[in-house]
Amino acid sequence: MNILEVSHLKKYYATQKAVDDISFTLTKGSIFGLLGPNGAGKTTLIRMITGIFFPDEGTITFNGRKFDPLNDSVNIGYMPEERGLYKKMKIGEQAVYLAQLKGLTRQQAMESAKEWFVKFNMQSWWNKKVEDLSKGMSQKLQFVITVMHRPQLIILDEPFSGLDPVNASLIKDEIYNLAKGGASIIFSTHRMGEVEEICDHIILVNKGAKILDDTVHNVKQQFKENLFSIKLENPPAQIDSPVFQVLNQKNGEHIVKINEGYKPNDVLQYFLQQQAGIVGFNEILPSLNDIFIRLVEGTPQARQFEKVTA
Amino acid sequence: MNKIWLIIQREYLSRVRKKTFILSTFLTPLLFAGIIFAVIMITIKNQGEEKIAVHDTAGIYKSKLKSDKQIKFEFTNDVDTSNVLAKGYVGVLYPPHTAINNTDNFVIYTKKSLSLSAKSSVDRLVANAIENRLFDSLYNLQLSSIDSVRSLARSVDVQNKIIGEGGRSQSASSGAAYAVGYASAFLIYITLFIYGTMVLRGVSEEKTNRIAEVMVSSVKPFQLMIGKIVGIGAVGITQFLMWIILMTVFSTILTSTIPPDLLQQMQDGANVPGGTAQFSESTVTIARASTALSAVNLPLVIGCFLFYFLFGYLFYASLFAAVGSSVNEDPQDAQSLMFPITMPIVVGIIIMINAITNPTSSLAVWASIIPFFSPIVMMARIPFGVPGTVAWWELGLSMLLLIAGFLFTTWLSAKIYRTGILLYGKKVTWKEMAKWTFRKN
Repeated sequence: MNILEVSHLKKYYATQKAVDDISFTLTKGSIFGLLGPNGAGKTTLIRMITGIFFPDEGTITFNGRKFDPLNDSVNIGYMPEERGLYKKMKIGEQAVYLAQLKGLTRQQAMESAKEWFVKFNMQSWWNKKVEDLSKGMSQKLQFVITVMHRPQLIILDEPFSGLDPVNASLIKDEIYNLAKGGASIIFSTHRMGEVEEICDHIILVNKGAKILDDTVHNVKQQFKENLFSIKLENPPAQIDSPVFQVLNQKNGEHIVKINEGYKPNDVLQYFLQQQAGIVGFNEILPSLNDIFIRLVEGTPQARQFEKVTA
Repeated sequence: MNKIWLIIQREYLSRVRKKTFILSTFLTPLLFAGIIFAVIMITIKNQGEEKIAVHDTAGIYKSKLKSDKQIKFEFTNDVDTSNVLAKGYVGVLYPPHTAINNTDNFVIYTKKSLSLSAKSSVDRLVANAIENRLFDSLYNLQLSSIDSVRSLARSVDVQNKIIGEGGRSQSASSGAAYAVGYASAFLIYITLFIYGTMVLRGVSEEKTNRIAEVMVSSVKPFQLMIGKIVGIGAVGITQFLMWIILMTVFSTILTSTIPPDLLQQMQDGANVPGGTAQFSESTVTIARASTALSAVNLPLVIGCFLFYFLFGYLFYASLFAAVGSSVNEDPQDAQSLMFPITMPIVVGIIIMINAITNPTSSLAVWASIIPFFSPIVMMARIPFGVPGTVAWWELGLSMLLLIAGFLFTTWLSAKIYRTGILLYGKKVTWKEMAKWTFRKN
């Protein structure tokens, strides 16, 4: 069952094609990474999914029906990159208010707020104001406010920025819990480490267009370069084989690239014949970071303004 | 609808609970009451007489120059400029003692300059004295009969009656209408500014706090804008009502502190307009004011005031909201973008000052129909009488256009607001805002 289907979404601004024909689907209970360099169109895409912007073209299907911003916003929790709360409002009241705007009754909102405040150990904050909180604290609060109304779709834009490792892992665990509970999560970021760890599925956008859409595993397979790391007890003085090339070597650990037409077994065979004493052998998959950089390379660092004719 | 209601509640409660709101709600009527109290106290104090020595060597004025409640003349020749204060006098008056009809050369020497009311009292009393002397010496009239004739003549108060339907005439009072019109127009002018800028600040605060994006992911920008405008409007109405209640309470308390004889005077004065002889000037003025005030149709004025406050506020508040959504952190941007909105309000008050002296001029009539100025200018005209000065069709058209104008500005502002509230880091110009309004979606 797909919770969200986005097809051929377009949004053009006066000077930029912010989102240019992007389609993807999101299955229920999955954690989905939306990646892209700065200015790739991630925020615009998210704003269309949350109903803040109307797309110029294309359709969004939510829960099998056409997306209706007014009624479906109840089922969406959105944590924008630019965090924002009423500075002078008491924290407890604010959480209840924002949950009520999402369609909870006052009592439901109170219960949910109390439950989450206990879970995140924030009970003492209830009567404080947001301006009294540190950056990390307000980040936590923002996360609580995003998920308080038990949305089916949670969109988190850079959820870990400004958090220390302890709080980051607290929120990470909560994200897993929510996904286990059936919520689907879109996770927008340009920090690849987090994505690799958390996400099942990613899409990569650049210059408003989708350039990659697959599971994390498949992406890595797709971009692997047949690199292996082999650790040897007594490496031979001269390594020369038609099977592979040594790219790097350090303390007996060799990074090798297998040539076209050969298998890892051929490498092992070569070293066995050389009596090299193999201690370790494993495949080196590219990190998402490398893939990201490779795919986005050549794009000017800052996106240029252009004339749009559409 | 439920969401708008929630937003209204928050906007309202967060402001009403503020210390500044509570303070201004209670202190403003206290301040007013304090001013009124001070004026009354000073009036009572001033009734203590001031003694002025008259250096009348020829004895011409001795029987003619009468003292009144404020000024007491004493005829003595051993007072001069050097010892006037030591003898217990405020000043010493040197009348001329030459020609009978000489009105120059009256000189009064004082240490401090005379107060305005004391000066006018002295002028009036000296004028009476000269009059008396002329009547006496030229026509040989009895002084006492001159006095009674004069006080009778001065008690006249020409009443202005408006020709009404069916031969019934209504009293009109341009003085009271002027005062009421001026006060209510100014009140509207001030509140438009106060609550308009409150909307502007609220919106730009939401924008700079970046809460806007969280909000518009759960409610429509239009709901957010309307909720804020209505919430702040309700704050304004609450404050007005509180002021009215508090002022009634304070004035009741105050009247009980006014000495009973003065109160009696005021009430008598109200019953017998023009009974000058036995009342001091101030009580007569108060009496005249209260009878004049009753000539103004107060229920209509209050009703219209609430209407024009409410819709004038709604008309301008959405424009202020649009500007608030377009500015970034830089307050100077707000200043320059606010200018085109504050301009018509200021122009309105300028037209009002002209219209109130001539409420039927074509400038006044048209300005009171155009929604940009009508809340201020119409409120200045209404106290002069409906349908006397303001025709029913004028009032109806003005109200209709104001409602239509409010719907239009709200529609217009909603378009600007929707785009502006999420736009950061870019200085917005009026040209761009115009573009947003014509864009679909």
